[in-house]
Amino acid sequence: MFLDPQILANGLMLGALYACIAVGFSLVWGVLNVINMMHGSLIILSGYLTFFAWLHLKVNPFLMLLVVSPVLFAFGYALQYGLINRVVSRPVLTTLTLTFGLDMILYNLMNVVFEATPRRIILDLGSLSVGDVVLPNDRLFAMFLALGLTLLLFWVMRSSRAGRAIVAVRMDRDAAALMGIPIRQVYAMTFAIGALMAGACGVLLAITFPVTTNISGLLLGKAFVVCVIGGLGSVPGALVGGLALGLIESYTGTWWGPQTAVLLGFVLMIVLLMTRPTGLLGKAGYE
Amino acid sequence: MKSSVSTIQRPRGQGLVWFVPLAVALALVPIFFNNYYAQQATFVCMYAALALSWNVIGGFTGYPSFSTAAFVGLGAYAGAILQNAGMPMVLAWVAATAVTALFAAVLGYAILRMKGHYFAIGSIAIVESMRLLASSWSSLTGGGEGLNLPIYPGGPDHAGRVFFYAMFVVMIVAAVMSIWLDRSRLGFGLRCVQQNEDAADMVGVNVNASKISAFVLSALFCGTTGAISASWVSYISPPDAFSILMTLKVPVMALLGGAGTVLGPVLGALVFVLVEQTLMSRFLDYSQAMLGLIIVFLIFFLPGGLLGAGVFARISARIARLRGVQA
Repeated sequence: MFLDPQILANGLMLGALYACIAVGFSLVWGVLNVINMMHGSLIILSGYLTFFAWLHLKVNPFLMLLVVSPVLFAFGYALQYGLINRVVSRPVLTTLTLTFGLDMILYNLMNVVFEATPRRIILDLGSLSVGDVVLPNDRLFAMFLALGLTLLLFWVMRSSRAGRAIVAVRMDRDAAALMGIPIRQVYAMTFAIGALMAGACGVLLAITFPVTTNISGLLLGKAFVVCVIGGLGSVPGALVGGLALGLIESYTGTWWGPQTAVLLGFVLMIVLLMTRPTGLLGKAGYE
Repeated sequence: MKSSVSTIQRPRGQGLVWFVPLAVALALVPIFFNNYYAQQATFVCMYAALALSWNVIGGFTGYPSFSTAAFVGLGAYAGAILQNAGMPMVLAWVAATAVTALFAAVLGYAILRMKGHYFAIGSIAIVESMRLLASSWSSLTGGGEGLNLPIYPGGPDHAGRVFFYAMFVVMIVAAVMSIWLDRSRLGFGLRCVQQNEDAADMVGVNVNASKISAFVLSALFCGTTGAISASWVSYISPPDAFSILMTLKVPVMALLGGAGTVLGPVLGALVFVLVEQTLMSRFLDYSQAMLGLIIVFLIFFLPGGLLGAGVFARISARIARLRGVQA
């Protein structure tokens, strides 16, 4: 039963999406020391944008990746630069409560504007069969795009000027400031990249699953769990954590039902927080 | 240690100057006004008790806890299940309190070793897990359909007053607990933990025992409140009992009043319920956005809360100077 390839394939497709969801959240937490409670709602926001662009303007959802991501990047940059930067060095309670409050505003506005009815894009791309395993093409594309984007972020962190600045700030904020790195801009850039990743995930989510505001808390929960499993602030950590959670949910969901799968994720997270708070991959930097 | 506690003196009792008249005024509401106002006063008492409780862990101890709803929900379910099993109502409330306290002790032992962000996330995850558990354990909790409780006899006016005074008593007990805690050795230890946990440990504060005690104190009245409100509403369901909105609202009230102050959370709860009734009830579709705006306003314009900034701070500083006490 462990080796049922269909469950394994489902788990991997789900896990790639989870990794993509968590990687932006993890970056913001690791660098800014801010828990972005808006992450789930940002994903849903871009999911809705994708859905309505597809419905009314007949835009191919995959193309929306190139439109939605920059929009969320700009939104994230403005939000961090204008608001969150002002309180970024205050205690957890303050920053968390602030992003929680901003999430309430965004969530509420989305409910009013888009309504909570689940919306689903139907692309009908067919599916790929390998032996007994059926792989729906839309999910398969979403998985490869999710993995690709995650790796792209890894490359940006490693090789670009902005990425190196972010890593430097994460390692030692004061030393980075002394080297002439503009901290405020780097913070805004980091938050913007987190929002961009959320935007990209939203597009992929809209292609594969129904979009509704009701699941924004659930998505945020996934980001928590993946970050704790994989370890904070590292791309490989988010990748390992995401795939692990996808596989765990796929197997437990098949055996004991989806609610137990979600519950097990949280229980696993709490146990890991108590025993190994740095995550399975330890405290690696963004390199 | 004992002597160091007694040598530190802070101005005492200014909180009582407004708390006692406020409590008396609240107690008179159901006598002079109709059931609607009695209901609002019940909400004030309920949220005041919850905010005072949160203040023990979030204010005194400085741990960013978002598990209020877990305790409220547990109390509600424990009270409902016991009452449906035939236990008298008040006894069920007491038993629910005990169950919640016990749960908090065990949970505190497990999650209080985390700090900062990890603790915050852990405490939110507890609420989520409890809600999932409540909706999947159908044989005990009724699952997603929830549980019905017997409706309190004697008509809505009478019942409204009974539940008001029940909540009122809980609020008073929670306030007395806060005043006691502020003056006690435990409260002193908690304030040390808040400032610097390692240093507190070095000078001989039993950090773990103090933190777990604070967590239990912060859960105790949440359990009672949950059980009372379950009997009051006579229906509970997982999303209402373990409400994510509640788990955010209560810390916000405490912050609004002034986290770490002794009675500030009562003021925060009062102001919050007033704002909720005057503003949010007119824009029902936007209630969450209103809460969000209140939070943004609070964090940017009133970071120390009503008692921590502006008029109140200046007055209490003046009192402190008059008494010749260092701040």
